Amino acid sequence: MAGGFRKPSVLPGFGLTLGFTTFFLSALVLLPLAALVLKATALTWSEFVAVLLDERAVASYRLTFGAAFLAAFVNAVFGFVVAWSLVRYDFPGRRLVDAFIDLPFALPTAVSGIALATVFSPSGWLGQKLALAGVQVAYTWVGVVVALILIGLPFVVRSVQPALVEVQRELEDAAETLGARPWQVFQRIILPAVLPALLTGFTLAFARGIGEYGSVVFISGNLPMKTEITPLLIVIKLEQYDYNGAAALGFIMLVMSFVMLFAINLVQTWGRRRQVASGR
Amino acid sequence: MDGAAPRTEVRRLSRGARVARVVLIGVSIAFLGLLLAAPLGAVLAQALAKGWQVYLESFADPDTRAAIRLTLLTAAIVVPINTVFGICASWAIAKFEFKGKSLLITLIDLPFAVSPVIAGLIFVLLFGAQGWFGPWLQERDVQVIFAVPGIVLATLFITFPYVARELIPLMQQQGSDEEEAAITLGASAWITFLRVTLPKIRWGLLYGIILCNARAMGEFGAVSVVSGHIRGLTTTMPLHVEILYNEYNFVAAFAVASLLALLAILTLVLKSLVEWRAGGGGA
Repeated sequence: MAGGFRKPSVLPGFGLTLGFTTFFLSALVLLPLAALVLKATALTWSEFVAVLLDERAVASYRLTFGAAFLAAFVNAVFGFVVAWSLVRYDFPGRRLVDAFIDLPFALPTAVSGIALATVFSPSGWLGQKLALAGVQVAYTWVGVVVALILIGLPFVVRSVQPALVEVQRELEDAAETLGARPWQVFQRIILPAVLPALLTGFTLAFARGIGEYGSVVFISGNLPMKTEITPLLIVIKLEQYDYNGAAALGFIMLVMSFVMLFAINLVQTWGRRRQVASGR
Repeated sequence: MDGAAPRTEVRRLSRGARVARVVLIGVSIAFLGLLLAAPLGAVLAQALAKGWQVYLESFADPDTRAAIRLTLLTAAIVVPINTVFGICASWAIAKFEFKGKSLLITLIDLPFAVSPVIAGLIFVLLFGAQGWFGPWLQERDVQVIFAVPGIVLATLFITFPYVARELIPLMQQQGSDEEEAAITLGASAWITFLRVTLPKIRWGLLYGIILCNARAMGEFGAVSVVSGHIRGLTTTMPLHVEILYNEYNFVAAFAVASLLALLAILTLVLKSLVEWRAGGGGA
């Protein structure tokens, strides 16, 4: 290996493992993604804009981003409460509940999709009760939000848990001794300490929600202009053999993924810097 | 209240804290119950809605069996490949210092950031009938899209980072002193890996493999785009669930779904076991 590219080491296998890693990464991930970008740029500018600003596409962006944002927000609130309960309290079955949090990671999205659609359908177990209150979840945008809450929950809980463990209890005790109200302790000590983790969890859940497909399509009803998410629109275009249209929408979603990835990195760097600055 | 003695102040706070404790635990359990337990229960209830007999009969359907076989086949191809990749990537990244390392780590995580539909779309654009390699493949009578190779490719893409992202931080944290000692004492590279590194990373490795397998068997979006939904030929279990569900064959749909739910629960149990075994080991 050329000097300067890597530090010398007595360990073997650098060329082989790095070579295989970069080859496999390029062949499976980078080249296919590059093909998508090329396909999208093969469209003329006006064709590209026409696909992107199509009425139906714009409605799908609004639903996809709105629902993902709302779901991530709900998860930030309830995910924090769940993480708090798991870290700070001991109750029967706590370890079981803790293991259960990862269910959305392990459960195939199609299964959570049909399960949610069944539970929340107007004749379903929960849907029936909600229908009495005049709320319809399945086959409306609310259903999309519910599905995305399910999918995003572990991201928030798993981000916040370690940060909560790290919060210095002595500071809380000191604040309480000095007469701070519980709300003040939360606002001044706990929240600032876990904020970077909470934001990371929120962004991860949001990013996952934007791309989610399987769990949403069963509960959303897929009505054009109303409950159609952008990934579904891509699938529909593919089914009509409109490869260019699918590539254009896919390109926009890819750009959004990169923006989200960048945002997550920013949040994490900011969190680390805060930690260093506060001397922890 | 401000004039209260410190002792009563503490007691008052602790009573408030007790109430908060009950409320917060209650909210957590209710939230998780509605969001996670209810749907899981619904899967089992629907699958068994017409009794065990009908439940078991739904697995006699040849298309269902073909779907189970295809899912197992896909996982059997994808998981070993991505395991080898994960070990290679983490060895290169954790044991050596080189330029562009953080970029490489970011790129490995890329499939996590991309929508599953995009993962399917890119392979259609490459290998589909109108895709780049489409005509070339057609001449040679090789079908990738709407066939098993496409399903394998899409699943490979989706589960690409799982093993690597478990191993990279673990191996970075463990350092390479022991490996360096083994090599310096004359052990071969292969022996060093098997005897020194592998025992140290085995729980993390197993953890990554379990998660990779769960996702490989359960992937829906990416596979859905490339599969073509040909019954009995290109439907994996999640796709078969969709077909049955859309045909209003709910018992059969939920019966297959219950197998996948069982797989998910098994995954969580194994994951907890591995975490417990690795406890203190840092994984």
